[in-house]
Formats: sequence, structure tokens, C-alpha cells
Amino acid sequence: MAGEVKTKLSKNLLRMKFMQRGLDSQTKKLLEEEEKKIISEEHWYLDLPDLKEKESFIIEERSFMPCEDLLYGRMSFKGFNPEIEKLMIQMNSKCKEEEIEVDDKMEADVSDEEMARRYETLVGTIGKKFLRKRDQRVLQDEDEDGNSNTRPSKKAKKKFLKPQD
Amino acid sequence: AAGAAGGAYWVDSQQKRYVPVKGDHVIGIVTAKAGDVFKLDVGGSEQASLSYLAFEGATKRNRPNVQVGDLIYGQFLVANKDMEPEMVCIDSSGRSSGMGIIGQDGFLFKVSLGLIRKLLAPKCEIIQELSQLYPFELVLGMNGRIWVKAKTVQQTLIIVNILEACEYMTAEQRKQALAKLSGN
Repeated sequence: MAGEVKTKLSKNLLRMKFMQRGLDSQTKKLLEEEEKKIISEEHWYLDLPDLKEKESFIIEERSFMPCEDLLYGRMSFKGFNPEIEKLMIQMNSKCKEEEIEVDDKMEADVSDEEMARRYETLVGTIGKKFLRKRDQRVLQDEDEDGNSNTRPSKKAKKKFLKPQD
Repeated sequence: AAGAAGGAYWVDSQQKRYVPVKGDHVIGIVTAKAGDVFKLDVGGSEQASLSYLAFEGATKRNRPNVQVGDLIYGQFLVANKDMEPEMVCIDSSGRSSGMGIIGQDGFLFKVSLGLIRKLLAPKCEIIQELSQLYPFELVLGMNGRIWVKAKTVQQTLIIVNILEACEYMTAEQRKQALAKLSGN
């Protein structure tokens, strides 16, 4: 019995300001339009069908800047004004991040091979730091086995060769 | 002409008279100081107003040193046909990013708006060729005003003449003219 009966809110209560805050703008618009339709006898009105506002997909932009991707207006060349040259790089890089990425690939201080070699050793040593203790012990055992295999070959390499007369 | 991204369409036309647009960076000349506000001539139908607080690091006690006749590089905060245009020398994060009073010396001249758009295009040959000549500084305002400063008066005037003539020269004529100059 208690669960079946739901308290119904009256229309006037629903029309109060605090009840309408939770509604989104579209339902608010509908409610406003409905209220306008409730016309008393004293009001004069045109007996025409309702016109609904169409959503416009056209945005009007009066500036040329976004159209042609224009650069920043302040420029300096050949080091005349170093602050402005820094600004130029900063402002123009905001527009052209893609181009700069391509350019970075061209210049490299370290060759690819060296980079690969260094990276190999780096990843191993720093990777070990973050392993849990169990995994670290496993690694240690593997290293010892590996070292014992390579030792004889290293010793073989280290033998001094006598110069032949 | 159709835009590359976002489906923007615009009409490209030649005009000499500038109409203030919100967000445009322009060069203005200070014509009057009215209490807390400067009046700037930007080449439009009305003078723009610029508050003394619209500079980086400006406070009521620390006022910017702006005199009548100074050149200011700023952007429009408000620009519509119903209100007086308002300029600021500060961006939304409060930094000046190159805006403010343009320094001493240099030369200000006027060109058509179409040339400014050509010069500000991403890969402008004119600017690239000029930058090879000598060190100089350049400020381009969307209102058709250009300010140039180089080490000597002669160099400044040469750059001014090339920029003015660029409107009507073909690319070949321009390259010939620049070749003569770099030969000197």
C-alpha cells in the first residue's frame, strides 16, 4: 500500500523557479512556449501556425587570421631583435607543430646505431631498478650462468700473442 | 576560396580602408591621453580606446610610459559596428607576447590590406628574400600599417621601398631588384 501511491506534484509547483533549474535549456524553451500559448480572451493574437527556430550551422567570422593561417605580425631577422626572434619561434610553432616535428627528424647529433647501442644497455640497467625483489634474484641467477659461459671465451680472447721473429 | 581545415569559406578582396575586427593585431598611433585611457588612431572610422591598465605589469601606481605620437602594437578586445573599438596590449593569460609600445626610430608607412595578408602568409617569398639582405625588424599591422627598423636610415628606406613596390611588381622584377641591392 505504501509503495504504490506516489505523491504527484501540482502544476503550479512545477512551474516554480527552483524546480526549473534542473531542466535543460530545450525543455525550458518548450515550457515557455507552452505558457505563451495559454492566451486569455483579452489578448489579441495572429491565427498563424507556429514557426520554430532552425539551428544555424553557419558561424560568421570577421577576421582573416584563421582563414589563411597568418603568421604573427612582429618579425625580426638576422638577430636584430633577439627577443622578437624568440617570440617568432614561439608563436609560429603554436600554429605549425606538425611541420616542426618533421624538421626534428632531419637533425641528429648522435647516429642511429650509437643510439641503439646505448639504449640497449640503458634499458637493462634502469629496468632492473624497478623490478620486484623476486625478479631481481632471478635476474642475478641468470647473469651468473651467463657469465660462467662467457668467461672461458673472454680468457681465450685475452691471451697475448707473441710476435713471431 | 575554400579553407584547408574546418570548411571555412571567405571572400578575398582588395581594400585599403581597415574595419576593426576583434582579435586582429594592429599598429595604432596615440593621438590623445584622456585621463586613464589613450585614444589611438587605427585607420578605421573611429578612434580606438586603450586603457593604461591593459599593458603587462601595469598597475595604478606603475603606469606605462606612453606619450602622444607613440606607436602601439595591440589587438582588439571589442570591435563591432555599434561600439567604439577597444584595444589591449595584453593577451588572455596576461602576458604581452610582443604587444605594447613599439620602440624608438624606425619608419611607419601604409600599404593595402591585401598586401599585408600576402606578407603574413606562411611561406612568403618576399619576406624570405628580404631577410637575406640585412638585419632588420618588422611589425605588420592588419590595418595596413607596416613599421620597419634597420641599422641605418638608408637600409630602412630600401626595405620600405621594396615593400611598397611589391604590390605591383611581379616575382621576377622583385628578384632582379633584390639582386641589384645585394650586389651593392
